[in-house]
Amino acid sequence: MRPAGPAMPAPSTVGAGLPTGRGGLRFPLVMVVALGLLVTASIASLLVGAVSVPPGQVFGVIGGHLLPGAGPGEWSAVTDRIVWQYRLPRTLLAILVGAGLAVVGTVLQAVVRNPLADPFLLGASSGASFGAVLVIVSGTALGGALTLSGAAFLGALTAMALVYLLARTGGMLTPGRLVLAGVALAYLFQAGYAYVLQKADAARAAQAALFWLLGSLAGARWDTLALPAVVLAAGIGLLMLRWRMLNAVSVGEEFAVSLGVAAHRLRAQMFVVTSLLTGVLVAVTGAVAFVGLIVPHTARLLVGADHRRLLPVSAVLGAGFLQAVDIAARLLDAPQELPLSVVTAVFGVPFFLWLLRRRDADGVVS
Amino acid sequence: MSGAAAGAALRVAGVTVALGGRDVLRGVDLRVDAGRFVGLVGPNGSGKSTLIRAAYRALRPRVGAVWIGGDDVWRIPARESARRSAVVAQHDTEAAGFTVAEVVAMGRTPHKGAFTADGPADREVCRLALRRVGLTGLAGRPVAALSGGERRRVAVARALAQQAPVLLLDEPTNHLDVRHQYDLLALVRSLGLTVLAALHDLDLAVQFCDEVYVLRDGTVAAAGPPARALDPAVVREVFGVDAHLVTHPVTGAPRLLLSAAGRQVERRTTVEPPGR
Repeated sequence: MRPAGPAMPAPSTVGAGLPTGRGGLRFPLVMVVALGLLVTASIASLLVGAVSVPPGQVFGVIGGHLLPGAGPGEWSAVTDRIVWQYRLPRTLLAILVGAGLAVVGTVLQAVVRNPLADPFLLGASSGASFGAVLVIVSGTALGGALTLSGAAFLGALTAMALVYLLARTGGMLTPGRLVLAGVALAYLFQAGYAYVLQKADAARAAQAALFWLLGSLAGARWDTLALPAVVLAAGIGLLMLRWRMLNAVSVGEEFAVSLGVAAHRLRAQMFVVTSLLTGVLVAVTGAVAFVGLIVPHTARLLVGADHRRLLPVSAVLGAGFLQAVDIAARLLDAPQELPLSVVTAVFGVPFFLWLLRRRDADGVVS
Repeated sequence: MSGAAAGAALRVAGVTVALGGRDVLRGVDLRVDAGRFVGLVGPNGSGKSTLIRAAYRALRPRVGAVWIGGDDVWRIPARESARRSAVVAQHDTEAAGFTVAEVVAMGRTPHKGAFTADGPADREVCRLALRRVGLTGLAGRPVAALSGGERRRVAVARALAQQAPVLLLDEPTNHLDVRHQYDLLALVRSLGLTVLAALHDLDLAVQFCDEVYVLRDGTVAAAGPPARALDPAVVREVFGVDAHLVTHPVTGAPRLLLSAAGRQVERRTTVEPPGR
């Protein structure tokens, strides 16, 4: 908000117009409801798929694997495989990816002070895809998932650093330039990996490029889960510990400095951590658009801008949202699967346009 | 340089600050003793804000140093510096998505580590700060729903929650109507803190400051008690307007009257109706 003119309430500002008492029951209530939705969506995710498996058998299979005492059930080995090897890892991965992207979006919006910040729009996801594709076509099998994720991380970090440098003018981040630079770099990296894929294996290039561009959870297996789970737990934990500093920088860089926050160092640290999370996620799912944009704003409308509440709410909402999106991706065009970003775009694009319009109306350029 | 700060709560010693390759401040010396309210005035671009920003580590002096509580602020950790000085500028007005209570709680930032949540003691500090500025009832309100004057008081409450002995004000009365300008400066004076305030309005500086520093082109043009620092000759030279220090007919307090340079006599002769 600019303080120009007589002070007018700005009802359209994020979080404004909410009743008082955010500190009271509101946060626990939102958390409980969000967790309830996440659990419901996760159970639904276990129950749907190309092959129909009765709910009793789904839970039987999972129980059979988790409880050592349980004997073999009356279901086939194929059913066991479908539920245990495919559906459960996929459901868990949706939780990780949704929570991770939402938290990354929340943090980026705070540190660059731009409501349009999101790993996809800022080019980080495309940079990560480019890094991953380079490793895949070069046939480097060293360390497997670790190499792939490492390259994706470096790609994301490179993209983020470039966007940051391009958007900086005289020590300030220009909001318009930030988004333009991000979108331009995203195209550059997309062109880069499309070319590399085409050169490596023309027959399957289109299919592969689609995965990296639009994202899918179909590749979820137990062995692809470990690395994202560990990195996300550590990364989200670290970001949540920074809630105070994130509050301060989200208001302004000099404001943060006046509160003793080393704003530049915090921003660099946040870029590295969010690039790491983005890289690790993109390495297993490809780029999933809009989750990091929609979810943080929705969370902010529910519990306000304080990152102590905003980060956990974003994480849980993001997990639930992506779970629902993945269910839709599997059902809408069954037995084919839709790429995730095709579904998120249905929500994301109108939301993005609404944000743009509201920004114009408010004159908020921050 | 050590010992330069002895006796002063805040001391600016030979500070030169460059912005965009140009020295915006050049060898500025200034001191604020504990509990004093010192004003910083000067035309636009004279370096007022730059000096305030150098004092809270937003800008690093090219030469010289700002000492607060006996240390060069750039030689102590950022957090320690924020425990010694709090800032009221236009920043807090950007906190539109937060509630009043959340903004005030941000004042606790330099006192808390990554693993420490706000305890009862912190909440008490924030509650008292809000009461001190008279905003107790608005704690749960979004900042976006407040008036300009209220927002500035939120900023003062947040600075109070910071519990720093030195308060730095960067044009705190900008965009406020007259009543809120007086209210805000009276409030700040009543806090009994050591204050360095960049002010736009010379008459307000005369009314509220113990001492005034006049900046021109990044150097100190005059300093001292308001009546002396804002001497008509200084005001004429630095601001290009005529000044008259008068006594308020009711309160007896000194006030500064300003008028366009060289127009007074002319105006009197031309505006007054010819002899009747």
